[in-house]
Amino acid sequence: MGTGHEPGGEVRLHVRVNGEVREFTAPLTVAGLLQQLGLADRPVAVERNKVLVRKAEHATTELADGDQLEVVTFFGGG
Amino acid sequence: MCGNGAGPTIGTVNPLHDEPLVIGRHTFTSRLFLGTGKYPDMETMVRALEVSGTQCVTVAVRRMGVGAPQGKTLLDYLPRDKYVLLPNTAGCFDADHAVRTAMLGRELGIGDLVKLEVLGDTETLLPDPVGTLEAARTLVKDGFTVLCYTSDDPILARRLEDLGVAAVMPAGAPIGSGQGILNPNNIRIILERAKVPVIVDAGVGTASDVTVAFELGAVGVLLNTGVALAKDPVRMARAMKAAAEAGRDAYLSGRIPRKLYASASSPTSGIIAGE
Repeated sequence: MGTGHEPGGEVRLHVRVNGEVREFTAPLTVAGLLQQLGLADRPVAVERNKVLVRKAEHATTELADGDQLEVVTFFGGG
Repeated sequence: MCGNGAGPTIGTVNPLHDEPLVIGRHTFTSRLFLGTGKYPDMETMVRALEVSGTQCVTVAVRRMGVGAPQGKTLLDYLPRDKYVLLPNTAGCFDADHAVRTAMLGRELGIGDLVKLEVLGDTETLLPDPVGTLEAARTLVKDGFTVLCYTSDDPILARRLEDLGVAAVMPAGAPIGSGQGILNPNNIRIILERAKVPVIVDAGVGTASDVTVAFELGAVGVLLNTGVALAKDPVRMARAMKAAAEAGRDAYLSGRIPRKLYASASSPTSGIIAGE
């Protein structure tokens, strides 16, 4: 799992989202990730490498290869 | 629950008035807090919450399904003008995990409230007192209004209060066990000493458990399973509402002391001649 320059010149990015490794094209921000996951307009909160990424920082926070992301929302609970 | 216009009014004083419950920046006229987990379906949950009269419901922070089609989320069923949301840290077994979960819950835009729980193990779901204190300290410093789930230990309750939690929430019995209030004496000691609101959280199995909690002097009760897994959750929600009102009124009324011997209710003089 490393950043690789593909023949087309694209830089591949592997990040773990909610425990599952996914491949994207760099550069990618948190906002871009949510967009690609279809979660852009969903009520979610994001943590990157165990640190909260505030909504205001989604568009400026660039992801790095190997990042671990948690994307959460509310579920029923007591 | 019985305040705000309920009951007869003599002059400007309503004899059945009750003060609202204030926690942090929030004011509640209902003293029931309901969970949103384990209901058979969302429609039943919505109706049960409605019937219970609750104004504050707990929610859990969990991973969003990624890649799956996105339907409604829980938030779509919980109108913000009706319910204050209380995100919990359920499922966290150490302080750091609970703090991270609380931060994510706050980021979801709900506000500063958190129901902090740091659990000891999966079988008992009893609070880990050390982790709970550690997480409470961090969250209070970070500006959270912490409603803290704890065991019914009066010393731990005091330590949490000293840290600045907004409410202490001793368990009546283990989460989801439906055993009621196992140690009313400990709850009484916590209540006698506490300067912050004390809400009995967890263990409620049926309506009388709620009544007992309020009769002891708890200012609120938080429950989930007792309603959600009842055969008829909506009817049980109504029972819980009535039980809360009964218990709270009984507490405010000032019950008679327990006595060993009888005390006649009818006049002891003027009795007609006997044999």
